[in-house]
Amino acid sequence: MGWADPKLLPPPHIFLDNIAEQGKFFNTATRWQVGTSMTEGPSAFESVLITGAATTARVFAGLVLASVLAIGIGVLVRYYRFFDRLVLPTITLLSPVSPIAWLPVAIFLFGIGNAPAIFMVVVALFFHMVLATINQIDTVNTNLINVARTMGASKAQIYARVIVPAILPGMLQVLRMNLFGAWMVVLVAESTGVGYGMGQVIMLARNTFNPSLVFFTIAVIGVLGFTFDWLLRQAQRRILYWLPDTEERLRVL
Amino acid sequence: MSSENAPTFSSRDAVVCRGVGKTWAAGTKRAHEALREIDLDIAPGEFVVFLGPSGCGKSTLLYLIAGLEDATEGRIWSFSDKVETPSPERSLIFQETSLFPWLTVWQNVSFGLAIRGAAQDERRAVAAEALQRVGLIAAMDKRPDELSGGMRQRVAVARALAMRPKVLLMDEPFAALDVQTRARMQDFLLDVWRDSGASVLFVTHHIDEAVALADRVVVFTSRPGRIKTIYPIDLPRPRNLFSREAETMRIQLTELLRDEVDRAFAEQEAFAVPA
Ligand SMILES: Nc1ncnc2c1ncn2[C@@H]1O[C@H](COP(=O)(O)OP(=O)(O)OP(=O)(O)O)[C@@H](O)[C@H]1O
Ligand SMILES: [Mg+2]
Repeated sequence: MGWADPKLLPPPHIFLDNIAEQGKFFNTATRWQVGTSMTEGPSAFESVLITGAATTARVFAGLVLASVLAIGIGVLVRYYRFFDRLVLPTITLLSPVSPIAWLPVAIFLFGIGNAPAIFMVVVALFFHMVLATINQIDTVNTNLINVARTMGASKAQIYARVIVPAILPGMLQVLRMNLFGAWMVVLVAESTGVGYGMGQVIMLARNTFNPSLVFFTIAVIGVLGFTFDWLLRQAQRRILYWLPDTEERLRVL
Repeated sequence: MSSENAPTFSSRDAVVCRGVGKTWAAGTKRAHEALREIDLDIAPGEFVVFLGPSGCGKSTLLYLIAGLEDATEGRIWSFSDKVETPSPERSLIFQETSLFPWLTVWQNVSFGLAIRGAAQDERRAVAAEALQRVGLIAAMDKRPDELSGGMRQRVAVARALAMRPKVLLMDEPFAALDVQTRARMQDFLLDVWRDSGASVLFVTHHIDEAVALADRVVVFTSRPGRIKTIYPIDLPRPRNLFSREAETMRIQLTELLRDEVDRAFAEQEAFAVPA
């Protein structure tokens, strides 16, 4: 072909072929322990799984924390005027800040390990999700709220029984949109050294100038991200059982 | 007692409006007067139909009586209580369907009981009874999405009935139905009304519907809505809608309404094309 040097841009059959070869670089779980040789520990395939699972778990933990916090705070902002005055301006102020800017804060606060990576995911999602929650609350159909009011529902009951279920579909949509952002951020956080993870492998590949490993890792991350999104879509279908299937709607055109 | 708290009407009246007016967005540039000087007394068990051109404030008046919005002028009482907040005694059925999509039909119908903390068995029983009355017992466990428009509106009626209201406020509930279904729904509504003893305030654009249902028809002027006439329909029930009297009433109501609709159109056109 000539336009691409296979050493720098290896074609897929090269970087996907030698999984065993690449996989051993994933075995970073124990390498920082003094006296462990690279041949010890889990097999190459297991290492890829372990590393992938560790990163996925961080993304997942971050997503769950961010959603709970964001929906909670978003609801409080609309529920109490006090929160509206105090918290909302702060959040609006902080939401355009790139998550990368939070990286030093993550390390100051949590040092090295799982916590800073999860923190980074939370920070990347939290502010947008709070604003999205508030927006969703403001667009809840007034008639639904009025029905509850005429039946004598209290403010707390209206929030719990009408507003929260009504905003859930939109919130899960927001969550899915932000999922990819979470994956990007977790890699950055991991590359600064949280023990082991996909981001750390990418860093290793870069530092050792190993294009095959870079592309292999990219492929693994792609598969993980895709699987995660698919799982989230399934969860969405379960949780939001009342929504009609809209995917097929336009296909008849 | 101040004169405000000592109304000069029978305190047993289901709804009393005195000098009621509503200006939307009052005090702003977008201020918009929807209703003016509404005086209206509705007896317990009475069936009253509101008739008027589109945009004259019929829905607004129902919202005020329901307590969902505050009147900017005047006062409203219901069974001698001043209307300040919504109450389960005054159920409103909205112009657009407003069922909770995440609840099944029976859960929608018993929503008000769930609010009061009733047990599941009791809620299901009450819902079943109300759905029986609207002929939808078979759809009990379905979701609103799975129902037709007419069925959804019947579920909304069942939900209002399950609260056993003393005043039933209905905003064009049958507007989206075909003629046959509407006729059946009217019969059904009359049955329910007779059984429940509630007062019904019913908004419609259909003069036939007004003649079929009402004890009295309140005809509104175009915006700002005022009461133009209160037209009694003193036909015996069950009504023969093909009788000469019914026909005369339809013609008279059509004429009363035509002037106002013409006026409403003229006004809306004046809005669209600034002179
Ligand atoms: N929430 C609102 N805010 C501001 N203006 C409103 C609001 N609701 C209604 N209006 C205005 O008040 C006027 C009366 O509206 P309303 O909905 O009561 O009319 P209606 O008689 O029910 O009409 P229709 O027969 O078309 O339903 C209209 O001019 C409308 O633009
Ligand atoms: Mg209306």
